[in-house]
Amino acid sequence: MSEKEKYPLKKVCLICAKGTLEDVYAALVMANGAVMEGIETNLFFTFFGLDGITKKQMNSLHTASVGNPAMRMPGGLAFPTWLGGLPGVEAGVSSMMRKGMEELDMPPVDEFLEMIDAGGGKVYACKLAIDMFKLKKEDLWDGVNSIITIGEFYEMSGGENTQIIFT
Amino acid sequence: MATKTFAGVSIEVNDDGYLVNSTDWTKKIAADMAKEEGIEITDTHYEVLNFIRTKIGNGENLTIRGIGKSGIVDIKGFYKLFPGAPLKKATKLAGVAKPTSCI
Repeated sequence: MSEKEKYPLKKVCLICAKGTLEDVYAALVMANGAVMEGIETNLFFTFFGLDGITKKQMNSLHTASVGNPAMRMPGGLAFPTWLGGLPGVEAGVSSMMRKGMEELDMPPVDEFLEMIDAGGGKVYACKLAIDMFKLKKEDLWDGVNSIITIGEFYEMSGGENTQIIFT
Repeated sequence: MATKTFAGVSIEVNDDGYLVNSTDWTKKIAADMAKEEGIEITDTHYEVLNFIRTKIGNGENLTIRGIGKSGIVDIKGFYKLFPGAPLKKATKLAGVAKPTSCI
Protein backbone atom coordinates (compact mmCIF):
# COMPACT_ATOMS: atom_id res chain seq x y z
CA MET A 1 0.00 0.00 0.00
CA SER A 2 1.40 3.40 -0.92
CA GLU A 3 1.77 6.34 1.47
CA LYS A 4 -1.06 8.27 -0.11
CA GLU A 5 -3.42 5.35 0.31
CA LYS A 6 -2.48 4.91 3.92
CA TYR A 7 -2.87 8.56 4.89
CA PRO A 8 -5.32 10.28 2.58
CA LEU A 9 -5.81 13.95 3.34
CA LYS A 10 -9.17 14.42 5.02
CA LYS A 11 -9.37 18.12 5.69
CA VAL A 12 -7.61 21.29 4.57
CA CYS A 13 -7.94 24.67 6.24
CA LEU A 14 -6.63 27.53 4.14
CA ILE A 15 -5.74 31.03 5.28
CA CYS A 16 -5.78 33.84 2.74
CA ALA A 17 -4.16 36.93 4.27
CA LYS A 18 -3.21 38.92 1.17
CA GLY A 19 -5.48 40.71 -1.26
CA THR A 20 -3.64 40.65 -4.56
CA LEU A 21 -5.22 38.86 -7.48
CA GLU A 22 -2.66 36.05 -7.40
CA ASP A 23 -2.80 35.53 -3.64
CA VAL A 24 -6.57 35.28 -3.57
CA TYR A 25 -6.62 32.98 -6.59
CA ALA A 26 -3.95 30.75 -5.08
CA ALA A 27 -6.22 30.22 -2.10
CA LEU A 28 -9.29 29.74 -4.30
CA VAL A 29 -7.63 27.22 -6.60
CA MET A 30 -6.32 25.21 -3.66
CA ALA A 31 -9.64 25.34 -1.83
CA ASN A 32 -11.65 24.38 -4.90
CA GLY A 33 -9.11 21.68 -5.74
CA ALA A 34 -9.57 20.19 -2.29
CA VAL A 35 -13.37 20.29 -2.63
CA MET A 36 -13.04 18.56 -6.02
CA GLU A 37 -11.09 15.75 -4.36
CA GLY A 38 -13.78 15.24 -1.78
CA ILE A 39 -11.64 16.76 0.98
CA GLU A 40 -13.40 18.75 3.69
CA THR A 41 -12.41 22.38 3.10
CA ASN A 42 -12.42 25.53 5.22
CA LEU A 43 -11.25 28.80 3.70
CA PHE A 44 -10.45 31.62 6.11
CA PHE A 45 -9.96 35.20 4.88
CA THR A 46 -8.09 37.70 7.02
CA PHE A 47 -6.42 41.12 6.76
CA PHE A 48 -6.06 42.28 3.15
CA GLY A 49 -7.20 38.87 2.04
CA LEU A 50 -10.68 40.07 3.02
CA ASP A 51 -10.78 41.92 -0.32
CA GLY A 52 -11.36 38.49 -1.84
CA ILE A 53 -14.75 38.23 -0.13
CA THR A 54 -15.70 41.92 0.00
CA LYS A 55 -18.48 42.53 -2.53
CA LYS A 56 -17.03 45.87 -3.66
CA GLN A 57 -13.54 44.58 -4.39
CA MET A 58 -13.74 40.87 -5.00
CA ASN A 59 -14.11 40.96 -8.78
CA SER A 60 -11.62 43.75 -9.44
CA LEU A 61 -8.54 42.56 -7.54
CA HIS A 62 -5.18 43.83 -8.73
CA THR A 63 -1.80 42.32 -9.18
CA ALA A 64 1.07 44.58 -8.08
CA SER A 65 2.88 46.21 -11.01
CA VAL A 66 5.42 47.84 -8.69
CA GLY A 67 7.70 45.81 -6.45
CA ASN A 68 6.91 42.62 -8.31
CA PRO A 69 10.21 41.37 -9.76
CA ALA A 70 8.58 38.27 -11.23
CA MET A 71 6.43 40.35 -13.56
CA ARG A 72 7.43 40.43 -17.23
CA MET A 73 6.28 42.28 -20.32
CA PRO A 74 4.37 40.20 -22.82
CA GLY A 75 7.20 38.41 -24.60
CA GLY A 76 9.30 37.96 -21.48
CA LEU A 77 11.22 41.26 -21.31
CA ALA A 78 11.81 42.78 -17.87
CA PHE A 79 9.05 45.07 -16.65
CA PRO A 80 10.61 48.40 -15.56
CA THR A 81 9.63 49.54 -12.08
CA TRP A 82 8.99 53.12 -13.24
CA LEU A 83 6.51 51.85 -15.80
CA GLY A 84 4.54 49.97 -13.17
CA GLY A 85 4.00 53.22 -11.28
CA LEU A 86 2.35 55.10 -14.15
CA PRO A 87 -1.38 55.76 -13.80
CA GLY A 88 -3.51 52.96 -15.15
CA VAL A 89 -0.68 50.47 -15.62
CA GLU A 90 -1.58 48.35 -12.62
CA ALA A 91 -5.22 48.26 -13.69
CA GLY A 92 -4.18 47.30 -17.21
CA VAL A 93 -1.85 44.58 -16.02
CA SER A 94 -4.52 43.22 -13.70
CA SER A 95 -7.15 43.16 -16.39
CA MET A 96 -4.71 41.28 -18.67
CA MET A 97 -4.14 38.75 -15.89
CA ARG A 98 -7.87 38.29 -15.43
CA LYS A 99 -8.34 37.83 -19.17
CA GLY A 100 -5.60 35.21 -19.25
CA MET A 101 -7.24 33.38 -16.37
CA GLU A 102 -10.67 33.50 -17.99
CA GLU A 103 -9.16 31.83 -21.07
CA LEU A 104 -8.14 28.91 -18.84
CA ASP A 105 -11.74 28.73 -17.62
CA MET A 106 -10.82 30.25 -14.25
CA PRO A 107 -13.98 31.96 -13.05
CA PRO A 108 -14.27 35.43 -11.51
CA VAL A 109 -13.83 35.46 -7.73
CA ASP A 110 -17.54 35.41 -6.84
CA GLU A 111 -18.25 32.51 -9.17
CA PHE A 112 -15.20 30.65 -7.89
CA LEU A 113 -16.47 31.03 -4.33
CA GLU A 114 -19.88 29.76 -5.43
CA MET A 115 -18.19 26.69 -6.92
CA ILE A 116 -16.44 26.02 -3.61
CA ASP A 117 -19.72 26.52 -1.77
CA ALA A 118 -21.60 24.24 -4.18
CA GLY A 119 -19.11 21.48 -3.45
CA GLY A 120 -19.57 21.83 0.28
CA GLY A 121 -16.52 23.99 1.09
CA LYS A 122 -16.94 26.58 3.85
CA VAL A 123 -15.82 30.20 3.74
CA TYR A 124 -15.08 32.26 6.86
CA ALA A 125 -13.99 35.81 7.63
CA CYS A 126 -11.64 36.85 10.44
CA LYS A 127 -13.35 38.83 13.19
CA LEU A 128 -10.29 40.85 14.16
CA ALA A 129 -9.63 41.97 10.59
CA ILE A 130 -13.32 42.75 10.01
CA ASP A 131 -13.23 45.00 13.09
CA MET A 132 -9.99 46.58 12.00
CA PHE A 133 -11.24 47.45 8.51
CA LYS A 134 -14.64 48.45 9.96
CA LEU A 135 -16.47 46.03 7.69
CA LYS A 136 -19.90 44.52 8.30
CA LYS A 137 -21.36 41.15 7.38
CA GLU A 138 -23.40 42.94 4.68
CA ASP A 139 -20.19 44.11 3.00
CA LEU A 140 -19.12 40.51 2.52
CA TRP A 141 -20.02 38.01 -0.17
CA ASP A 142 -23.37 36.45 0.77
CA GLY A 143 -21.98 32.92 0.96
CA VAL A 144 -19.62 33.67 3.85
CA ASN A 145 -20.57 31.15 6.53
CA SER A 146 -19.66 33.30 9.50
CA ILE A 147 -17.20 35.71 11.02
CA ILE A 148 -14.98 33.78 13.40
CA THR A 149 -12.03 34.24 15.72
CA ILE A 150 -8.70 32.57 15.18
CA GLY A 151 -9.52 30.32 18.12
CA GLU A 152 -12.63 29.07 16.35
CA PHE A 153 -10.58 28.55 13.21
CA TYR A 154 -8.20 26.29 15.13
CA GLU A 155 -11.13 24.42 16.64
CA MET A 156 -12.40 23.55 13.17
CA SER A 157 -8.89 22.53 12.13
CA GLY A 158 -8.78 19.57 14.50
CA GLY A 159 -8.85 15.94 13.47
CA GLU A 160 -6.44 13.50 11.90
CA ASN A 161 -4.98 14.07 8.43
CA THR A 162 -5.77 17.78 8.48
CA GLN A 163 -3.52 20.41 6.98
CA ILE A 164 -3.46 24.16 7.54
CA ILE A 165 -2.21 26.06 4.50
CA PHE A 166 -1.23 29.72 4.62
CA THR A 167 -1.08 31.49 1.28
CA MET B 1 -2.10 -2.61 -17.18
CA ALA B 2 -4.90 -4.82 -15.95
CA THR B 3 -8.21 -6.05 -17.20
CA LYS B 4 -11.49 -5.90 -15.38
CA THR B 5 -14.82 -7.43 -16.11
CA PHE B 6 -17.72 -5.04 -16.54
CA ALA B 7 -21.14 -6.11 -17.74
CA GLY B 8 -19.69 -9.51 -18.57
CA VAL B 9 -16.98 -8.11 -20.84
CA SER B 10 -13.29 -8.06 -20.06
CA ILE B 11 -11.99 -4.51 -20.46
CA GLU B 12 -8.48 -3.07 -20.27
CA VAL B 13 -8.11 -0.53 -17.44
CA ASN B 14 -5.16 1.41 -16.06
CA ASP B 15 -3.88 1.43 -12.46
CA ASP B 16 -6.48 4.00 -11.42
CA GLY B 17 -9.31 1.98 -12.94
CA TYR B 18 -9.85 4.21 -16.00
CA LEU B 19 -10.60 2.60 -19.35
CA VAL B 20 -7.53 2.39 -21.55
CA ASN B 21 -9.58 2.56 -24.75
CA SER B 22 -12.38 5.06 -24.63
CA THR B 23 -14.03 3.21 -27.52
CA ASP B 24 -14.64 0.18 -25.26
CA TRP B 25 -17.21 2.22 -23.38
CA THR B 26 -20.86 1.25 -23.28
CA LYS B 27 -23.74 2.38 -21.07
CA LYS B 28 -23.72 -1.01 -19.38
CA ILE B 29 -20.06 -0.69 -18.47
CA ALA B 30 -20.79 2.74 -16.99
CA ALA B 31 -23.63 1.29 -14.93
CA ASP B 32 -21.39 -1.48 -13.62
CA MET B 33 -18.59 0.94 -12.79
CA ALA B 34 -21.07 3.22 -11.04
CA LYS B 35 -22.21 0.36 -8.83
CA GLU B 36 -18.61 -0.16 -7.79
CA GLU B 37 -18.46 3.52 -6.80
CA GLY B 38 -21.71 3.19 -4.89
CA ILE B 39 -23.67 5.20 -7.43
CA GLU B 40 -27.09 4.15 -8.72
CA ILE B 41 -26.95 5.38 -12.28
CA THR B 42 -29.82 7.50 -13.68
CA ASP B 43 -30.63 9.22 -16.97
CA THR B 44 -29.12 12.43 -15.65
CA HIS B 45 -25.87 10.57 -14.95
CA TYR B 46 -25.86 9.35 -18.55
CA GLU B 47 -26.52 12.86 -19.84
CA VAL B 48 -23.49 14.11 -17.93
CA LEU B 49 -21.36 11.18 -19.13
CA ASN B 50 -22.36 11.84 -22.73
CA PHE B 51 -21.57 15.51 -22.30
CA ILE B 52 -18.11 14.60 -21.00
CA ARG B 53 -17.49 12.12 -23.82
CA THR B 54 -18.47 14.72 -26.41
CA LYS B 55 -16.26 17.39 -24.84
CA ILE B 56 -13.25 15.10 -24.63
CA GLY B 57 -13.96 13.72 -28.09
CA ASN B 58 -13.76 17.27 -29.43
CA GLY B 59 -10.46 17.77 -27.64
CA GLU B 60 -11.92 20.45 -25.39
CA ASN B 61 -10.93 21.29 -21.83
CA LEU B 62 -13.08 19.70 -19.18
CA THR B 63 -13.72 21.60 -15.96
CA ILE B 64 -16.36 21.46 -13.25
CA ARG B 65 -17.30 24.96 -14.30
CA GLY B 66 -17.95 23.76 -17.83
CA ILE B 67 -20.19 20.97 -16.57
CA GLY B 68 -22.05 23.50 -14.43
CA LYS B 69 -22.75 25.48 -17.59
CA SER B 70 -23.78 22.44 -19.64
CA GLY B 71 -27.44 22.97 -18.85
CA ILE B 72 -27.70 19.39 -17.52
CA VAL B 73 -26.85 20.01 -13.88
CA ASP B 74 -25.53 22.91 -11.85
CA ILE B 75 -22.32 22.41 -9.89
CA LYS B 76 -24.17 21.51 -6.71
CA GLY B 77 -26.14 18.90 -8.62
CA PHE B 78 -22.95 17.54 -10.16
CA TYR B 79 -21.45 17.00 -6.69
CA LYS B 80 -24.66 15.22 -5.69
CA LEU B 81 -24.60 12.94 -8.73
CA PHE B 82 -21.00 11.90 -8.20
CA PRO B 83 -20.35 12.37 -4.49
CA GLY B 84 -16.82 12.87 -3.21
CA ALA B 85 -14.61 13.60 -6.17
CA PRO B 86 -17.11 14.35 -8.97
CA LEU B 87 -14.81 15.14 -11.88
CA LYS B 88 -12.62 12.09 -11.24
CA LYS B 89 -15.57 9.77 -10.82
CA ALA B 90 -17.55 11.16 -13.74
CA THR B 91 -14.62 10.89 -16.15
CA LYS B 92 -13.99 7.34 -14.97
CA LEU B 93 -17.59 6.36 -15.61
CA ALA B 94 -17.51 8.19 -18.94
CA GLY B 95 -14.64 5.96 -20.01
CA VAL B 96 -12.31 8.87 -20.72
CA ALA B 97 -8.87 9.66 -19.26
CA LYS B 98 -8.40 10.92 -15.72
CA PRO B 99 -8.81 14.71 -15.80
CA THR B 100 -5.71 16.87 -15.82
CA SER B 101 -7.61 20.05 -14.96
CA CYS B 102 -6.99 21.94 -11.70
CA ILE B 103 -10.35 23.70 -11.77
